[in-house]
Amino acid sequence: MSLRHDPPTGSGTEVTGSGTDAVLIRGARLTGGDAADLIIEGGIITEVGAGLSRAGARVVDADGLIALPGLVDLHTHLREPGYEASETILTGSRAAAAGGYTTVFAMPNTSPVADTAGVVEQELALGEAAGYVHVQPIGAVTVGQKGERLAELGAMASSRARVRVFSDDGFCVFDPLIMRRALEYVKAFDGVVAQHAQDPRLTEGAQMNEGTVSAELGLAGWPAVAEESIIARDVLLAEHVGSRLHVCHLSTAGSVDIIRWAKKRGVDVTAEVTPHHLLLTEELVRGYDARYKVNPPLRRDEDVEAVRAGLADGTIDIVATDHAPHPAEAKSCEWQAAANGMVGLESALRVVQQAMVDTGLLNWDDVARVMSVAPARIGRLAGAGTPLSPGQPASLTLYDPTPVRTFATGDLRGRSVNSPYLGRTLPGEVRWTFFRGRPTVADSALIEEVHA
Amino acid sequence: MRHLLDTKTLSREDALRILDVAEDMRDTQSREVKKLPTLRGKTVVNLFFEDSTRTRISFEAAAKRLSADVINFSAKGSSVSKGESLQDTAQTLQAMGADAVVIRHGASGAPHTLATSGWISAGVVNAGDGTHEHPTQALLDAFTMRKRRFGDDSRGRDLDGLKVAIVGDILHSRVARSNVWLLHTLGADVTLVAPPTLVPQDVSAWPVRIVYDLDQAVDAGPDAIMMLRIQLERMNAAYFPTEREYSRRWGLDPARLGRLPDGSMVLHPGPMNRGLEISADAADSPRSTVLEQVANGVSVRMAALYLLLAGERDSGNAEENAQ
Repeated sequence: MSLRHDPPTGSGTEVTGSGTDAVLIRGARLTGGDAADLIIEGGIITEVGAGLSRAGARVVDADGLIALPGLVDLHTHLREPGYEASETILTGSRAAAAGGYTTVFAMPNTSPVADTAGVVEQELALGEAAGYVHVQPIGAVTVGQKGERLAELGAMASSRARVRVFSDDGFCVFDPLIMRRALEYVKAFDGVVAQHAQDPRLTEGAQMNEGTVSAELGLAGWPAVAEESIIARDVLLAEHVGSRLHVCHLSTAGSVDIIRWAKKRGVDVTAEVTPHHLLLTEELVRGYDARYKVNPPLRRDEDVEAVRAGLADGTIDIVATDHAPHPAEAKSCEWQAAANGMVGLESALRVVQQAMVDTGLLNWDDVARVMSVAPARIGRLAGAGTPLSPGQPASLTLYDPTPVRTFATGDLRGRSVNSPYLGRTLPGEVRWTFFRGRPTVADSALIEEVHA
Repeated sequence: MRHLLDTKTLSREDALRILDVAEDMRDTQSREVKKLPTLRGKTVVNLFFEDSTRTRISFEAAAKRLSADVINFSAKGSSVSKGESLQDTAQTLQAMGADAVVIRHGASGAPHTLATSGWISAGVVNAGDGTHEHPTQALLDAFTMRKRRFGDDSRGRDLDGLKVAIVGDILHSRVARSNVWLLHTLGADVTLVAPPTLVPQDVSAWPVRIVYDLDQAVDAGPDAIMMLRIQLERMNAAYFPTEREYSRRWGLDPARLGRLPDGSMVLHPGPMNRGLEISADAADSPRSTVLEQVANGVSVRMAALYLLLAGERDSGNAEENAQ
């Protein structure tokens, strides 16, 4: 397919030929464990073992690198259609590949909203044309994300995009009856409702976490209870109707407690945390630098500790980026006028290493679970988050945890640069990303042209 | 002093310097010719994104009495109302050669953003930003309290041990925030009095006592009581039930005024809602400092502009410079 690309021009780092070229990866530590060789052929892993060789295969020296199943992001904003000044499916796919991702779930708050089979199929096709990752559309729960009438969830589920995750992300499905019906309805096709938990009344005009810092800065507060009360309601609803619920970007200690309680009760709930809520706190807002403006907002130290503990003990199932690109003018302004959101795809794995691995809270097996296996399972997506074993799709990431560098704009490969990590020291480096057998990142360089 | 953005980070030394220079400025204002040549050739821009005639004319008078050229840039009827960004406005002023920008903005932190963005090299004075701070108001309030208490012997003094009650909508008040920090820095003992709905969540880090009962605060015998303007639109957001109930519980009525100790003062940043947060008796009583505050506001703003624009060369010697 070549919907978007001109023929290869020979510029940049280019890998020519088809995806059937054999690759021999030598000495990668599989999810951080023992070193092994892998052979990739025809888009799948054909052999895993010690001392493998294959005549004519391209050899990748992975000595000291950690092999992870290709990362899966359950929460990405790709902005296309409608907001192409911020990101497109192609540029967002490139950012994803640079971060070690091979699958991203695209949130539906585009223009038009992805609330019909037509829009989700278009997104799927644009993702295929880009060719860097699998772009899996998420469908809106309600028409136009307005929270009033259910969108045609069944049509999206039955479309070529096979939508299983539904979300009004950016907005909360606030009406309890609509939420109940959505939870019930998606059972028909094993779907899940991914809730953006935010009581709109309690957060009118909200600018940052409500607490000591907001009191001092004179910014309208976004109280933790506005998130926690919706999560509490939703887990009770999910229990009542026997449905699956996923909680997006959980950010407070109280939310972790509620999820822990619900799981103990047997409620079928999963939860995600963003990298930024694992690392950054509201103290950063003090300089009124809008790069730190995000929804839900950065919280207190205690909350960061609690979400880390929740991710470590399995209360929180996954890390998802909430990658939210914005053009410079949406951030280069007074705080109140600035847009919410941060880009996150390129930095996520490095932030998770710093917050969770280097602190001893997770090992690399756990990282594979929370950033690949579990998100694919929640999204009911076959062929993603699969183990590094023979016969499985060759979507994987080779990661070097040893370098420690300052994160810079050169690390960003999407269209927008609203990263909170610019100028901050982060460990690690994505050295190779393979998507269905083809490299999208080769020896730390993003492949300029991939040919799907 | 490069900028004056808040009182939270203003040191005791800098605060006293501003207040003492303001004393010098005040002395010049009793002369027949009030105008000083100090800032001749300097351009001060009053950049007002919110209407505030009082604050703007106070800054305008201050700048003009120092012989600066003053440009008033009001958001109303300007390109700002057509969607021009703070960045473009700032860069425009930079291109026109502004030496100081006095900014009033509805968004908390906008002066901070202006000062740190690199869009502009001028000194920035915060003339009130959202619900964050209004440092020159707090400075003129402190100046007024100090003057009432110490008279001609004010120079060099702080407000150590002065008991100040601030009454009203603390949550939305930049005046309250700036006063809390500055009064604390100057050694005063601050009590906030408000309905619980109008106290920010979590003021545990503030060096204040919180009281919900105005009678209790009055009977504690404050040296100064500052009544904040209550905005009627707060009623619609359920912060308090009715105007009458607010006035009964948190208004400075004649009975409460009568119970204030001898020598105590009543401050109000203006404009007042007579009959709501402050009775006519209180507003017009000898305890009221309202008009002194207005007069002192010009002196304090002259001091701030002087220290920003001339202070680098010749700090702490305003009187000499002024003559």
